[in-house]
Amino acid sequence: MQDQEQLRQPAAQPFDGGFSRRAFLRGSGAAAAATALATGQGLAEAQEKKKPKVTSGKGATTIQLTVNGKNYTAHVETRTTLIDVLRYQLKLTGCKPVSNDGVSGASTVWVDGKLVSASTTLALACVKKKIQTVESLGAASSGKGPDPVATAFVHNDAMQCGFCTPGFVVAVRAFLDKNPKATEAQIRAGLNGNICRCGTYANVIQAALEVVKGGK
Amino acid sequence: MAEYSWPAQGSAALIGKDHDRTDGIEKATGAAKYAYDQVFEKMLFAKILGCPHAHCRVKKIDTSAAKKVPGVVHIAVMKKWEDDKGNALVPEVRWQGDHLACVAAESEAAAALGVEAIKVEYEKLDVFVKEEDLEAAQAAERTEEGRPDVQLAAEPDEEVDEDEFADQEFSRLFKEAAVVVEGEYGIQPITHMCLEPHGSTLYWEDDKLIVYHSTQNVSGAGGNFGEILGITRGDVEIRCDFIGGGFGSKFAADPWSATAAEISKATGRPVKMMLDRELELKIAGNRPSGFIKVKLGADKEGVVTVWDSVHWGTGGAKGGGIPKDNIPYVFNPPNRRRKQIGIVTNADPDRAWRAPNHPQACAITQTAYDDIAAKLGIDSYDVFLRNLDTVSPKKAGVSMAGTYREQMEIAAKLIDWKAKWHPHGKGEADGSIVTGLGMAMHTWGGGGLNSKCLLKIHPDGGVETFLGSQDLGTGTRTAIGMVVAETFGLPVSAVKVHIGSSKYPESGPSGGSTTIGGVSESNRRASQDALEKLMALAAKKLKVDADSLEAKGGRIQVKDDPDKGLKWKDACSLLGMKPLEVNGTFARGQGESPLSSSQVGGVQMAEVAVDRETGVIKMKTFVAVQDMGLVINPKTAKSQIYGAVIMGIAYALFEERIMDGETGAFLNCELTDYKLPRLGDIGEIVVHLHEPESEYNRGVVGLGEPPVISPGAAISNAVANALGVRVPVLPLTPKRVLDAIEKGGKA
Repeated sequence: MQDQEQLRQPAAQPFDGGFSRRAFLRGSGAAAAATALATGQGLAEAQEKKKPKVTSGKGATTIQLTVNGKNYTAHVETRTTLIDVLRYQLKLTGCKPVSNDGVSGASTVWVDGKLVSASTTLALACVKKKIQTVESLGAASSGKGPDPVATAFVHNDAMQCGFCTPGFVVAVRAFLDKNPKATEAQIRAGLNGNICRCGTYANVIQAALEVVKGGK
Repeated sequence: MAEYSWPAQGSAALIGKDHDRTDGIEKATGAAKYAYDQVFEKMLFAKILGCPHAHCRVKKIDTSAAKKVPGVVHIAVMKKWEDDKGNALVPEVRWQGDHLACVAAESEAAAALGVEAIKVEYEKLDVFVKEEDLEAAQAAERTEEGRPDVQLAAEPDEEVDEDEFADQEFSRLFKEAAVVVEGEYGIQPITHMCLEPHGSTLYWEDDKLIVYHSTQNVSGAGGNFGEILGITRGDVEIRCDFIGGGFGSKFAADPWSATAAEISKATGRPVKMMLDRELELKIAGNRPSGFIKVKLGADKEGVVTVWDSVHWGTGGAKGGGIPKDNIPYVFNPPNRRRKQIGIVTNADPDRAWRAPNHPQACAITQTAYDDIAAKLGIDSYDVFLRNLDTVSPKKAGVSMAGTYREQMEIAAKLIDWKAKWHPHGKGEADGSIVTGLGMAMHTWGGGGLNSKCLLKIHPDGGVETFLGSQDLGTGTRTAIGMVVAETFGLPVSAVKVHIGSSKYPESGPSGGSTTIGGVSESNRRASQDALEKLMALAAKKLKVDADSLEAKGGRIQVKDDPDKGLKWKDACSLLGMKPLEVNGTFARGQGESPLSSSQVGGVQMAEVAVDRETGVIKMKTFVAVQDMGLVINPKTAKSQIYGAVIMGIAYALFEERIMDGETGAFLNCELTDYKLPRLGDIGEIVVHLHEPESEYNRGVVGLGEPPVISPGAAISNAVANALGVRVPVLPLTPKRVLDAIEKGGKA
């Protein structure tokens, strides 16, 4: 219980990018994995207990975030995730909240050039860092038309309902930046961080190959 | 009224040619706005308290502590749990996750804390969730036994008791059969797993409710809201430009969305109510399981002469399971006895899942057909081929057996069946890896549902169409644009397609592959009627007969003298000041239409590699051959089939709902534990659109369901061919594979 109390005192934490690692872990898959397949009486209760606990809303503060090259002011609590700020304060809804544990890849964004799940990243941890979202790959952002990965997704119809698509576009862009000459086998091995329910994987492979072929 | 028709095959400018989806770039760059993405000033976030127990009585719900949580604004206890005075009604909860209360707060996090702070007293009751164990279900008195349905080639004498005669006949037929297979097969329940969960973002404008609803039923869902809220459907506007997956689970206004509307009314603020992943899996849709115990006999050629089965399964708390009409699937042997047992479990009631009942029926019966081939040591291809004389149903104007025959030939060539096939379990092993081939076939209706549209041609040449339909990701928006543009001889970009609002003319829900038939009908009809009116004006101006005109290349021109004509825009200026408005109407069941039809077939073949040491199955090649009448946009049609096959690979190899037998808890209700295939798991998928002229001339038929039906049986059959033993229950997890190898095919 003492742990819990400490987590509920976020004011003790520094605000310049610091955050409670323990609180973060409690919200991630680590605790869930530990009890995931236990069986027997009391399991429903155990399942309740394994649910991510949230810290209380004390200690709200104002931070500056740099997203897609623009500076924004955001009002956050220690518990506020990056995805919440992007979607509900900045209205950048391209990253999607598919699951809190971030395993779907649908909320993938860049933070200082590295791919992270915006669902499992705290907003406070992104202060003074460069955040880049899928919206930066659109026509309006660059002024030069959409990113070739986005257009390749359209040419190859690598989308159906489209809810996983922005996350997938970011993942393919990042993968091809690192592996511009990727082979089909490398693409099949290297793009397994995103889940699509409609089944667009075959088209995504073709889209990625088209980008490689075009040298973009 | 124009005489409705499609251009002859090969003569169309757009139809039948690949077209990029018109909203693709919005989806790819995050600009497309879903219900979940709507953000309004002063919006509240709502969360549901789901019941932790699968079967219990709710004694008391105490929200006093929850009300004090900072940020919590409003708590609504579900009406059915409480009377108007706030007294608990002590009803039963019959599945885990059933919603007890809804908390609205300033942030999602505050709402979650509020949910946690609600105190509920429960009285736990007995739980049953393991429907695969029929004896246990019977012992727990959870079964609903149906009457056996008997069909026999021979007829009894009048004085003989029918049941006795049937018993005698079946025993005689099995004695006379050259080969008899007795087996048990099954398929576990799966969920819909829509990536955008069920829910809405909504607000009131005075007495009118505006709902951004994630729905497959733009025109109809408002009626559900009205019913629950006690207001007229006319005061509810449903908006849905994009939907993040539905698969049959998003037709209605779910109770949690209706509660959100009540909270919005009470607080005067917009409310966002989307389920979290855990509740999405627990209460927002699942597909019934299916298990079968079957004895079937065949002649020495593998033609099944007699089928005798008992099958069971569950649609959760409402019981049910797979109707016996689908058993055995596609084939209709001359002598057949089938009995269905429904089982009531403590699980969320099922919802329609892409091609309801067909995938399970296919998976638990066409596997038995393949085991006939295995036992006779003959090629599965030949066994399926020889049984085609018993396929049902018939397709108007085209022989269903003939369709399957053609499709089998095409599929076999594409996968190189003849060269690769080996008798079951007799292939060459590469270390511990063995490979195998399997096939299955399916059918579906797919006729269009009612659809109305309003088509406008503006005097400046602009074209718009309005209809209360939706694009599930199948490319409906693009297909509508192609149909209208084709008719007017314009590029697709010249047509503005407005769907996704219940304020537009009513169009059917998107379920059962009914969308493309309906919307192409209404839009082709409206645009042909509109063109007729426009051509009459153009003919007058050009001083020619209207019948001599065509719409082509952005012009209304004389067919035999294309230089004589008007640019589209100039022709439209003849309309005067007001736009030309035409309604297009298609009503289902009004006899044959030249524009659309129903009933399709499909044949699928799988090649797999199985590691006998680890039990891991890898997809090598999967071939899908599918007819669907006239294909409007081959690019999006192929995507539908790729997607269906991948969803099929998912339920064949990976996904299942895992319940704890004692508590009824849904154990793998997060994405981390609910296994789905990833990009590297799908192997090579080869799609063939089967569209000979006879198919094209049938007009449009829906495609969404059929290709998702066969993968389970085709993959299971390929695994059986590789191993020489049947892995009886889907999904074919490594554990089930290893267990089957250990048992050596013995039950």
